[in-house]
Amino acid sequence: MSDLTAHTIKITGHEGADIEAYVASPDAGGHRGGVIVIHHMPGYDRATKEIGRRFAELGYNTIVPNLYWREAPGADPGDAAATVRAQGGVPDSRLIGDVAGASSYLRALATSNGKVGVIGYCSGGRQSVLAACNLDLDAAVDCYGAFVTGTPPDGFPLQVTNLVSQLANLRAPLLGLFGLEDKFPGPEQVAELEQILTEHDKQFEFHSYEGAGHAFFSVDRPSYNVAAANDGWEKIGAFYAKHLGA
Amino acid sequence: MCTYVTVREPIEGSAKGPNGTWQHVSDVTVYFDHPVHTMADHTLNIDLANPAQGPAARVAIELTADSARRLIGAIQSALASAPLDLAAVE
Repeated sequence: MSDLTAHTIKITGHEGADIEAYVASPDAGGHRGGVIVIHHMPGYDRATKEIGRRFAELGYNTIVPNLYWREAPGADPGDAAATVRAQGGVPDSRLIGDVAGASSYLRALATSNGKVGVIGYCSGGRQSVLAACNLDLDAAVDCYGAFVTGTPPDGFPLQVTNLVSQLANLRAPLLGLFGLEDKFPGPEQVAELEQILTEHDKQFEFHSYEGAGHAFFSVDRPSYNVAAANDGWEKIGAFYAKHLGA
Repeated sequence: MCTYVTVREPIEGSAKGPNGTWQHVSDVTVYFDHPVHTMADHTLNIDLANPAQGPAARVAIELTADSARRLIGAIQSALASAPLDLAAVE
């Protein structure tokens, strides 16, 4: 297990705005890939920062941007998530700008090998795919992101569209990790995504776990599924080693 | 799952919130999604908030679906027991 250092910084996000981010990196020298962790809908919380530190322990420069910073700077993660949800969620254009800022930060590090991957959980899974359709990233991981395909609910304050029209522009290999018991995304939506990516001749690798529902990586929630999470971490490790390695 | 479904309504009243103080609340947000604290995969979540006072001006409730239905019934029973002129629809 490698030693690491983690701290909170400000980065330049969408339209030049400063946003908060949590960064973690191995203490060892050398050059390495970077990972952007997109937090789940419940926000920039302790569990997401733990995920960031795990990627540093795995040997990557890691950044977790606080996507709710603008609406709720310094707020408790739950309060920030509630505020952003009530205001309609994070606009896609802003997400792309913030991930671009996080990517620039990682690539500018003296220890960067120039490669950057993205991973997102829950709503962040969809946002990971969104980022990989619009930015030059080297690998993307979608952990049970709803509404990459499928039809979102209509007429409510939280607006989200599917990404079907953007999937032809996917620029990075995609690893998808899903629970067969999940409803959003359900197996039929995962199958639709698989079909579309195949039609567009995209590079992807999907794994759907029996007995696992949504949020099976969440160690602090009842949805945590040890078998699915352990295998998922192995799949992520191999995927990033292949695409983000020197 | 992330339902993304969020219902928001303007309200008028008060709630006892952080630090044990009363606050005016102007908005309610209701959604069925992941809880932060309740040991359940999904809950009916209610935020009674005063956005003008910032993100922390919020009283949050997370109820299991069955509990939420019982709350609805309790509210309706209490409203039905009140004299019409006291609980008239505005």
